[in-house]
Amino acid sequence: MGSKFKKGVVSYFKQNLGIIAAFIVMCLFLVVFPTTRTTFATSKNIFNILRQNASNLFLATGMTMVIILGGIELSVGSVIALSGCVAAGCVVNLGLPEIIGFLAAVVVGGIVGLFNAFFISNTDIPPFIVTLASMNIAKGVVLVFTQGVPIRCLTDAFKFPGVGYIGFIPVPVILMLIVFVLATIIMNRTQLGRHIYAVGGNTQAARFSGINVKKVKFIVYVYTGLMAGLAGVVVASRLYSGQPTAGDGAEMDAIAAVVVGGTSMSGGSGTLGGTLIGVLIIGVLNNGLNLLGVDSNWQYIVKGLVILLAVYIDWLRNKKAGK
Amino acid sequence: MKGVNKSFPGVKALSDVNFELKAGEIHALLGENGAGKSTLIKVLGGIYIAEAGEIYINGQKVNIDGVLAAREAGISIVHQELVLVPYMTVAENIFLGREPGTKWNVDRHKMSEDAQKLLDAYDMHIDADSLVEHLTIAQRQMVEIVKAISFDAKILVLDEPTSSISDKEINFLFETMRNLTKQGVGIIYISHKMSELAEICDRVTVMRDGFTVGTRVVKETTTDELIALMVGRELTNYYTRDFTESDEVVLKCEHISDGKMVKDVSFELRKGEIVGFAGLVGAGRSETMKAVFGLTPGSKGEIEVKGRRVEINSPIDALKNGIALVPESRKDEGLYGVQSVRFNSTIEVLDEFIKNLRVDHAREEEITQTYIDKMATKTPSQEQQISNLSGGNQQKVMIGRWLATNPEILILDEPTRGVDVGAKAEIYSIMNELAKSGMSIIMISSELPEIINMSDRVYVMYEGNVTGCLNHVDVTQESIMQRAALSADAQTNDKES
Repeated sequence: MGSKFKKGVVSYFKQNLGIIAAFIVMCLFLVVFPTTRTTFATSKNIFNILRQNASNLFLATGMTMVIILGGIELSVGSVIALSGCVAAGCVVNLGLPEIIGFLAAVVVGGIVGLFNAFFISNTDIPPFIVTLASMNIAKGVVLVFTQGVPIRCLTDAFKFPGVGYIGFIPVPVILMLIVFVLATIIMNRTQLGRHIYAVGGNTQAARFSGINVKKVKFIVYVYTGLMAGLAGVVVASRLYSGQPTAGDGAEMDAIAAVVVGGTSMSGGSGTLGGTLIGVLIIGVLNNGLNLLGVDSNWQYIVKGLVILLAVYIDWLRNKKAGK
Repeated sequence: MKGVNKSFPGVKALSDVNFELKAGEIHALLGENGAGKSTLIKVLGGIYIAEAGEIYINGQKVNIDGVLAAREAGISIVHQELVLVPYMTVAENIFLGREPGTKWNVDRHKMSEDAQKLLDAYDMHIDADSLVEHLTIAQRQMVEIVKAISFDAKILVLDEPTSSISDKEINFLFETMRNLTKQGVGIIYISHKMSELAEICDRVTVMRDGFTVGTRVVKETTTDELIALMVGRELTNYYTRDFTESDEVVLKCEHISDGKMVKDVSFELRKGEIVGFAGLVGAGRSETMKAVFGLTPGSKGEIEVKGRRVEINSPIDALKNGIALVPESRKDEGLYGVQSVRFNSTIEVLDEFIKNLRVDHAREEEITQTYIDKMATKTPSQEQQISNLSGGNQQKVMIGRWLATNPEILILDEPTRGVDVGAKAEIYSIMNELAKSGMSIIMISSELPEIINMSDRVYVMYEGNVTGCLNHVDVTQESIMQRAALSADAQTNDKES
């Protein structure tokens, strides 16, 4: 067991060498750079990074599966706003217990997932179009019901998933671990995981292999919806409110993390381990730029360049390996 | 064309090919799949560049080094797969890339008028402004021909233009072809249908294994002579087969149809035998097997496995009944190209090592290794990405993948396509061993020598029907080709075994 674990760790580092190196370089820079030396490598800041990026990890686990499947999911950002407002609305407007609000939020995410899954697995409409539609619908639903006004919710129980602690560990970090382990089990330890790779790698071949292609797609999109719902809970809780504009562009951060993590947009290959690093790179990048005092408008430009650079290096490496 | 040579890695596709076309002549190019017809045409059309050889047009040597050069030399090719843009009008398609008018402003009126003139000149009742997607296949074919001629073509190549159109439309096509020859256009006509030759062609050149083996005047030759020319190759001796006879029927399929390519197919498979399915491309062989394997929704027919009536609605049902199918197109239907040999080897048998959220990696490696050894697959490791293996080794992994399901009935669709000679011989020997161990094998193949040397019995199909069933002692290239190409008189003298 011990040697097997070692083998797994070694192959993990080998597989993700490029991005792990990039990640370490980035962290080292922030550790030694004068203005960030005292602020970056503190437990407070590190937990802060993890807490802020928990929601992106939830989305990115689903997005990894979706992209390996050869698809894309654009509605997850809107779902964050929708489910966050549902959670807050249940508590504030309906007087329900927080836990019911949270569950309702996750269920709402699952419903959007069902909507996407239904059209993607039963028709030939491209996932890009289906989720573009549901993205707009979800966004519209939020705005209609909230009139664009945030639903503030300041109860302690509501704050728990976003800013609470168990022992000294923030709750979102614990949730992050649970979600990551769950997703890893699905991808690496179930037949479903293999089927996802198979369908994404060659849908036609998967049919010949007797794989239920529709079912595989269905499960993945529903899972991603549920994760977006959970992300909405954590975000709303961190903001003490259901924000109609929360999660704006979150789908792009998730896609960026997946792609930086080495998953191919053409489907069939990729790993959750890579995605984890991808999420951390984007998280540390955002955090580092803030600590460095870089103007938030410039941050977008830097982020864009870093994403391109990471994928470019990966492409170079693959090109070399292919020869 | 004189002494044309063309090689691909490992294959000599054309060897010293000579071909001659007179103005106003319809010259048929005949040969089995892989004989080199398409390659020759692609050399003529500038898609491939020949390594040696010369091309003369009207006595003048021309250098065809690209599609444009071919077009300028007056050569136009209508390929088997139509390449019109379905969402554009007929006129737009005809003038695609050379629209009249200025660079920024296409003169649509002139374009549609010119196109209509061309269409009318050949009595084609097609509106130049209609969208191509609304046309029938035959009409699209006509548009392709008009487009080809509109380049002032002196040489027109038609690659199997009648493979997907009806008799009535064929007559119209022939009429158009005759009209063209009157204007001095020379036509090279590729077809598998021998019956058409007498009707439309003046001369015929037969190709085999990259050589031109003979040119005949159609009126002075016979179908038998042409078939002999087509198939008269010496058979190589890398086949391993211990022929058997068996009475125990393991698979019986009756009245299989899929509503499209497969009309009414009945056949049976006996224990330990290899049954060949011969026929031309498009005869419905693969489609029949897909229907049997549960891949075609809405297909009809009765299937009995070992005397028991079974319902097969999906590949999962087929696998449960001990049927495995190694698909025709490795790349499109089989390989998970970005994945490892191991992933590709075990995808059918995941339940043997993934249980209760645990992966038994040792078992997974063991299964993979078993079939690597059994198939003598050459791969540096189990982790090797499968797309980096040679075609032969990829095919071995594919066959191994399906053998891992322990099938009693193994359907192999073109098992040696794109496989080098050495690996071919190995696959044959493995097939022989499997049959001897009691497995029943169906082999679809377009290579007649393979069919003849490996099959205990051979079913021949033509246009969605079985046109004959031959015992291995009665199988000759001629007896198969007659049934595969000439349905009419073949059905009468079947030797049912």
